[in-house]
Amino acid sequence: MFLPPPSCVNSRVRASAIGLCGIFIITGRLAAAADFQRDVQPILSEHCAQCHGTDEKERKSSLRLDQREASLKGGESGTAAIVPGKLDQGELIRRITSTDPDEMMPPPDHKKPLSAGQIDTLKQWIKDGANYESHWAFTAPKQVSVSAVGMTSPIDALVVARLKERKLALSPAATPAMLCRRLYLDLIGLPPSPQELAEFEKVGYEATVETLLKSERFGEKWARHWLDLARYSDTNGYEKDMQREQWKWRDWVVDALNRDMPYDRFLTEQIAGDLLPGATQDQIIATGFLRNSMINEEGAIVPEQFRMVEMIDRVDCLGKAVLGLSTQCAQCHTHKFDPLSHDEYYGLFAFLNNAYEAQSWVYTPDQQQAIAKVRERIQAAEEKLRTAHPQWQQEMAAWEEAIIKQQKELAWEPLIATELGTISGLNHPTQEADKSLLMLGHTSADVFMISAPKLDNVTGLRLEALNHRDLPHFGPGRSRVGTWVIQEVEVLVKKPDGKNWEKQKLVNASADFSEPEVKQADGKKASGPVAHLIDGKDDTTWNADRGIGRRNQPSVAVLQFEKPLSFPEGTQFKIAWRMGDMLGCGRWSITRQAVPTVPPVNHAAILAMQASADQRSTEQQAAIFTAWRMSLPDAKAINDEIDAVWKDYPQAATSILHLTEREPANHRETHLLDRGSWDQPKQRVEPHTPAAFHPFPADAPRTRLGFARWVADKNSPFTARVAVNRVWQAMFGTGLVETPEDFGTRTPVPEYRELLDWLAVDFMQHGWSHKHLIRTIVLSNTYRQSSFASPELLQRDPRNVWLARGPRFRAEAEVVRDIALSVSGLMSHKLGGPSIIPPVPQNVLDYNYTYPSYWKPAEGPERYRRTLYGFRKRSMPDPVMANFDGPNGDFACARRLRSNTPLAALTGLNETIFVEAARALALRVLREGGKSDAERADHAFLLCTSRKPTAEERQAVLDLLQSRRQKLAEGWLNPREVATGDPAKLPTLPPDATPQDAAAWTLAARVLLNLDETISKN
Amino acid sequence: MNLIQQLQSARAQYLSRRWFLRDCGVGLAGIAASSLLADDSAKQPAGDNPLAPRQPHFPGKAKRVIYIFQAGAPSHLELFDNKPELTKRNGQLPPAELLKGYRAAFINPNSALLGPKFPFAKHGKCQMELSEVLPHTAKIVDEICLIRTMQTEAVNHAPAQIMMNSGSQQFGRPSFGSWTLYGLGSESANLPGFVVLTSAKGTSGGASNYGNGFLPTIYGGIPFRSSGDPVLYLSNPQGIDADTQRASLDALNKLNDLAKAAAGDPEIAARIQSYEMAYRLQTSAPELMDLSQETQPTLDRYGIKSPKDANFARNCLLARRLIERGVRFVQLFHEAWDQHGNLTAGVKQNALDTDQASAALVMDLKERGLLQDTIVIWGGEFGRTPMVQGGNDGRDHHNRCFSLWLAGGGIKSGYTHGQTDELGFNVAADPVHVHDLHATLLKQLGFDHTRLTFRFQGRDYRLTDVHGRLVKEILA
Repeated sequence: MFLPPPSCVNSRVRASAIGLCGIFIITGRLAAAADFQRDVQPILSEHCAQCHGTDEKERKSSLRLDQREASLKGGESGTAAIVPGKLDQGELIRRITSTDPDEMMPPPDHKKPLSAGQIDTLKQWIKDGANYESHWAFTAPKQVSVSAVGMTSPIDALVVARLKERKLALSPAATPAMLCRRLYLDLIGLPPSPQELAEFEKVGYEATVETLLKSERFGEKWARHWLDLARYSDTNGYEKDMQREQWKWRDWVVDALNRDMPYDRFLTEQIAGDLLPGATQDQIIATGFLRNSMINEEGAIVPEQFRMVEMIDRVDCLGKAVLGLSTQCAQCHTHKFDPLSHDEYYGLFAFLNNAYEAQSWVYTPDQQQAIAKVRERIQAAEEKLRTAHPQWQQEMAAWEEAIIKQQKELAWEPLIATELGTISGLNHPTQEADKSLLMLGHTSADVFMISAPKLDNVTGLRLEALNHRDLPHFGPGRSRVGTWVIQEVEVLVKKPDGKNWEKQKLVNASADFSEPEVKQADGKKASGPVAHLIDGKDDTTWNADRGIGRRNQPSVAVLQFEKPLSFPEGTQFKIAWRMGDMLGCGRWSITRQAVPTVPPVNHAAILAMQASADQRSTEQQAAIFTAWRMSLPDAKAINDEIDAVWKDYPQAATSILHLTEREPANHRETHLLDRGSWDQPKQRVEPHTPAAFHPFPADAPRTRLGFARWVADKNSPFTARVAVNRVWQAMFGTGLVETPEDFGTRTPVPEYRELLDWLAVDFMQHGWSHKHLIRTIVLSNTYRQSSFASPELLQRDPRNVWLARGPRFRAEAEVVRDIALSVSGLMSHKLGGPSIIPPVPQNVLDYNYTYPSYWKPAEGPERYRRTLYGFRKRSMPDPVMANFDGPNGDFACARRLRSNTPLAALTGLNETIFVEAARALALRVLREGGKSDAERADHAFLLCTSRKPTAEERQAVLDLLQSRRQKLAEGWLNPREVATGDPAKLPTLPPDATPQDAAAWTLAARVLLNLDETISKN
Repeated sequence: MNLIQQLQSARAQYLSRRWFLRDCGVGLAGIAASSLLADDSAKQPAGDNPLAPRQPHFPGKAKRVIYIFQAGAPSHLELFDNKPELTKRNGQLPPAELLKGYRAAFINPNSALLGPKFPFAKHGKCQMELSEVLPHTAKIVDEICLIRTMQTEAVNHAPAQIMMNSGSQQFGRPSFGSWTLYGLGSESANLPGFVVLTSAKGTSGGASNYGNGFLPTIYGGIPFRSSGDPVLYLSNPQGIDADTQRASLDALNKLNDLAKAAAGDPEIAARIQSYEMAYRLQTSAPELMDLSQETQPTLDRYGIKSPKDANFARNCLLARRLIERGVRFVQLFHEAWDQHGNLTAGVKQNALDTDQASAALVMDLKERGLLQDTIVIWGGEFGRTPMVQGGNDGRDHHNRCFSLWLAGGGIKSGYTHGQTDELGFNVAADPVHVHDLHATLLKQLGFDHTRLTFRFQGRDYRLTDVHGRLVKEILA
């Protein structure tokens, strides 16, 4: 049978098992003592752990075999499972060797029988004393002492030692040109130009390494690996899959890598940059890492359900990217194989769960300066006012007192919803503890709230538009800039015995602020004054955008009832309001005071006054001061001056989704979710880390920042190992641990564990420097080997696990495309910036749930930016990336599988950018390559593969050129059409070149761009 | 014979065999992927092809699947599940006890009941009850198995579509088609093993509905497009004729062959193959999409007015053509059924667009002897509320019960499975969860659903997660 039963050992185990058999035979290790980690643990984990492992709920007969003490004690039967040294006494050996179906273990119906070899291994191990060791990946890495005598690097010492055991040695070094190309592709993700190849010959290997490590292109290449894990995307995913602005985070990653930010800091800032003392804008951008989760905007979703999905995604991402541990199992129940209990999963979750899903503007350094200037100028103006009012503190206090008194008299009573919803059903608002209504999820325009307040002479109704950190730019609205637009408010009541809702007339709207009236040409639409709320027309709106810099603040409107409302108890009171841009957070209150109105004071000040004077934050004090100065008749000049200053407040070009920790008063509790269901919360769980890993420092705060520091700790068994392994994978095609996302107990002990650990410790000792790590690797002879695979080597080690030859594999999707752009000369380098829309066939665009009308492919140099900057739309995976195995960012991807499909071949031959690259390469070759086709063939080959062709290769190119030139001459092919895609258009030809030259060379270039060698790293 | 020679000899054999099988045939990627699949790699020669046809756990009744995914959630109450009681109680509120713990997506569940919009009648020997908007399905009732008691957890489209197609609401799991291809391999001579066809608009679940998840890329569904290139980048650049394409690939192969000798990397042989496959796909895909070889009666039967019209009917005929050519799994998506409003006209129009061709496909397969080992699935991601949404012509999302039909592949025909309550709100008898459906369909394909697994992050994942119960009653 072909298919894997559940007992199928991981492919990697299989693959290396073939190899291992070889070693055993050569070295005769089989007879030696069984190595617990290498030989025994995988058997226990695979065949026994399901019923006798960590999960108490699943445990059979109370027996666990993953701990020595428990095995010696035995389960319910009271018989020891293992008696060290005694094969005839323990229950385990009796059961695994039994042939009685009722006795034998594993039970036959589990279909995980042990092989004779596995039984022998267990026997040998018990005979030797049944010693347990904790799983290698769960204890901090230690460096073995390496004798690097005669070796270029400790890497070589460790590799050569093991190769020797197999009677092998390192392969000879690759040719200089190949090494140069390898370095370029690995360090900056681009092939060397002929000039760079020549320079390499001149300055040598080490100097080239240093140059490349300093290149800005370095960060662009290495960012991509982190972006895979961080599930970076330019859209939100799910059905609507709307655009998001998150590229500033991508820029942050590129920049951090270029500056060689220590990896511990790299992680700390991304997990909790916002909580660092005096957090900078950059550190807040860094937290965009965790915000890269998909966001569901489908109509009628319950926002909390999908916030939980985001949280689960964040834990999954950290598991794959940092912990090297699968977490998904423990979302629903205790992990069956690895030491992560259900409770510990939510312990990790709790660290991350106390944050707002914030969005903020990102300002350029110039803009940040401009903002500081605006603040300075306002402060100076306000200082003038203080000078003019030496008694300002007393004056302001008296003013404030009057307002507080007025507010007290109004006695606003917040309404408590008995029913809350939208007419369309698209949005499900919730009422928060402070009685505000939070409207996340779908942006719908028609909210209603039913309540049952005492209606005894109720005279007025108040709507407060309030800030909330879950809203864009602090809200209060849901528009792109955090503003809102309200069309109409209606109030209806239904008496206890009534059948119908009776509309109640509202009059005299007032507000703390309204924009001036703007009437549209149609004579119907108008915006601005608060009176539009009750004019019975949906075409007219109340707007209170105070302009850039001041727009994200609260507002208030008060509406009077024409006749005070008095209705019997049990009368239902319904408010319905319709909106343009949705209000994200608001609160309704009623009053019974005779003439309810709004004081002409920014509502921010009214809210600030609710805090006692000694408890007010700087912002609250400023809000009150601002309101006071605006109330002063004699301050008009200064107020006007300040209004003018605000006009200089800059508008940011982009924003970032990031994390902001919730205030202590709004702390969010975490509960264990039964079976992982968002609506099945069980007991409360405090933030804590899994017991199997290094301890969480007793004095560290149990916050996201505390967690980040725990992750980035030198005592961590996983952080450095996982990072080092990722870098190794990028350069060798396969990690030292082949499953970079999983270092758990089901992962076989890696072939080169000592090397992994040596590099991990060295990485930490050298300031968690990626550049140091990469330098260390590329300076080894192991890295510099020729990738030539002799038949013998290929047979013994088909997947190059032993490292007896250099790496050779097809480059990743971005690099394949960048190679085409680069060798054709089209590539346009510019560091950072917004995503670039690549051309995509219309029939791909048409297949979107929501058509991306913004999809206008870039033209000019922007079109040929590095692929890293390509716009990624989750529900429409970029076809070029997908065909070359690039992930689409729905979830964290630690390892790309490489496939080899006709779709990839068609992409390289026919996709728009590849075709444009072929045409451009043709012209480049005609420009630079010399007069004859033979010279040009050499040059083209050099551009594509970094070497000159052999005579035979040159001839193959010349044969193609010749046969096509003939077809062109005979008129079978239109030279203009081949060279430009347009039968009428001439290419921009270099002097002396003909359209026929361009056409013939376009065809040859198309072939050369698709050479295996062109798209591979040798 | 050393490995290189073996590979070369294998390649020579491949060349004489049907070619698409060799996708990913040799080389490192192939070796890695194939050992993932290997039950016992000792028996598995390195370099075997992960798309080669494979024997399942036991002989399956079905070899192929056509999954007609009616996205947006068709109303069971207007199509498949007759509820006279709902007509009687039109305008009344649902019983309070029914709504306990119930969540609709849009509406307050305490909304008035809405009587079905169309009359139902009994059809065929089996006397299956269907609504009048499905006159063509009515004629094939004796070929199909109608399940009225499907259940799911999700009530929003994207998660529910992902659930229906991958057994999980979380993105990132392989789709049913991918699992099938992974399990059975491909028998297609010239085409991918898992082909996707779409009509109406894009689906809520997007590409993840047919994605390979954590399985190797080769198991993902390949969309064949109704406009432009049927397969992306199939057409040569402007001005390049077939002769030039051949000459170019000959040059490319020659150069890659030389590189192979120099590098000793068997991956290069795989690369050469992939370009040859691409070349053949340039012929086979347009040939597939070209309906001119179909007779007028066939076109009429499917309701295809013009073979050029890209629509559901054309996709049904293409599905048959794909199946005939050995494609393992064909999935049609028709995203049109989200009738929150405009229920009467919307359902009627959708039925007009899909009823005839769906029925024609089943009968066409039958006449060609393909139905017996091809499973046809027709259904969406959830049902619709017995309660009204909006005025009096809409229904909200409903996950407690919905209807779906199956045909062929050893599924009991002329049979209606399960009963819902008198309002079509809850299952009254014989529930079939999404996982149960998956488990049962896998059984028909020859798999014990608990044993069709893939190791990822240390865990053996399966389509049915930790669930799934065989619904033996629906098997012939």
